[in-house]
Amino acid sequence: MSAQADFAGGLLNPDHPAPKGLSDGKGRAAGRRYDVYRNNVTTSLAEALATGFPAVTRLIGEENMKGLARMHLRASPPVSPVLAQYGEGFPKFLASVDALSPYPYLPDVARLELALRRAYHAADASPIAPELLASLPTEQLVAAQIGLAPAIGILRSAYPIHDIWTYTLQGGPKPGAGPQDVLVLRRGYDPLPVELPAGGFSFVTTLLTGQSFGVACDMAEAAHPGFEPTDTLTLLLTHDAITHIHGPDR
Amino acid sequence: MRDTTQPDNHLPNAPGVGFKAGHFDDLIATPGPVQWVEIHAENYMGDGGRPLAQLRALRNVMPVSLHGVGLSIGGESPLDGAHLARLRHLCDWLNPASFSEHLAWSTHDTAFLNDLLPLPYTPATLARVADHIDQVQQALGRQMLLENPSSYLAFDASILSETEFLAELVHRAGCGLLLDVNNVFVSATNLGFSPQDYIAAFPLHHVGEIHIGGHDAQADEHGAPLLIDSHAAPVADPVWALLDDVLARTGPRPVLVEWDTDVPDWPVLAQDATRADRALEALAS
Repeated sequence: MSAQADFAGGLLNPDHPAPKGLSDGKGRAAGRRYDVYRNNVTTSLAEALATGFPAVTRLIGEENMKGLARMHLRASPPVSPVLAQYGEGFPKFLASVDALSPYPYLPDVARLELALRRAYHAADASPIAPELLASLPTEQLVAAQIGLAPAIGILRSAYPIHDIWTYTLQGGPKPGAGPQDVLVLRRGYDPLPVELPAGGFSFVTTLLTGQSFGVACDMAEAAHPGFEPTDTLTLLLTHDAITHIHGPDR
Repeated sequence: MRDTTQPDNHLPNAPGVGFKAGHFDDLIATPGPVQWVEIHAENYMGDGGRPLAQLRALRNVMPVSLHGVGLSIGGESPLDGAHLARLRHLCDWLNPASFSEHLAWSTHDTAFLNDLLPLPYTPATLARVADHIDQVQQALGRQMLLENPSSYLAFDASILSETEFLAELVHRAGCGLLLDVNNVFVSATNLGFSPQDYIAAFPLHHVGEIHIGGHDAQADEHGAPLLIDSHAAPVADPVWALLDDVLARTGPRPVLVEWDTDVPDWPVLAQDATRADRALEALAS
């Protein structure tokens, strides 16, 4: 084993003995001094997870988060020095923890927090003038592709994750039961989750695949008969989420 | 595309601070003696949003130093090409006044361990680190500064002193050095050597930047002091004294105050910057 493999081995494993060949510089074995590194690694990565998942942390409590974060970071340490990307596997990990089975919404809340974090770091984009959409003749609008901002995220949950997130971090009303579809939007620099109206999920996911406005309306109508795109379009427009409209001729 | 409206693109011989997003407004409105900032490169590797917007605004009012914490230059494995490419992209966009990294490693296999881990000082590690520095300088098209680490333990395998190791790196790779005075004090206390001797042996001509920061005091199982380089407290008095010693030898240099954990309100950080300013001004008189 290489010297660094030996040193690295114990950093993520509390039962692993300290490597040999280390001293305190004054002739004694390094002893607990190795634990400084072990502690730095564990604590800093656990903090990165707690910072990245503030709603989950609030929901389960800081001490529980610390314990769960340690389990996760030991099994799945980051694979990149860009810690803004760390935690992609955390929702799945939460779903695998038996003790969390009374809180089945936690993995989806974690997914929402990942989408918010991605939105925070996403590329900037200029929105279209809202009048542009209204000015298009219907037949052109139906055939047009609607380009959405890179910050956009969309989630479908069997739980009211928008309300849970809002209640937990922003003092919103107590969440009820039932599923919620959530859109993550970023007007300016602060991402925000908003609840999608019925059919909105199909509408937006279809737009995101590059299909036309008409096809997106058809998909939404199929998912939710009587779908009317106005509410969803208003959400997108008021949050600067529509960045371009491509006519069929272009 | 480089922005030609940037202020003079070198680090001034004046106080700087490690930039925190929450200090943005205060820093712009009441910089006090602060004339430049340093950012951790890995926090600015997204595609947009507030981090890059703040950086765009900052670089138009003061020089920015880019400080990497994740390149793992002391690592046994080859440098992470994808990470080096991200760094190059950021460096090209920002055109920082300086780029620096650490004499340490942080990645093993594919795991990023998020700490500055130590290495033994041997001819083999010297050759490897020199090679890595060379690669970084080639990729970025500029000279880099390498920072001396904080040490909590020593390797039996080391046959070179840290100052010998750094001097030889300067010679072989042509890099400059970032002298972290708090790290010198922390390592000297932890390993039982004289910080003054260390400074006397340090290749001071090659120091392009100085760091100061706070540490926490603990003890090992024998009751010996064990200082932790926490960046979570004001700069300690003995570190200020050591800074004076260093500046007396180097002359004025850019001095950065680092505070990364339990970050205080701006006036508290600005106080340490003011004290650094006084240390620099004392040289002139």
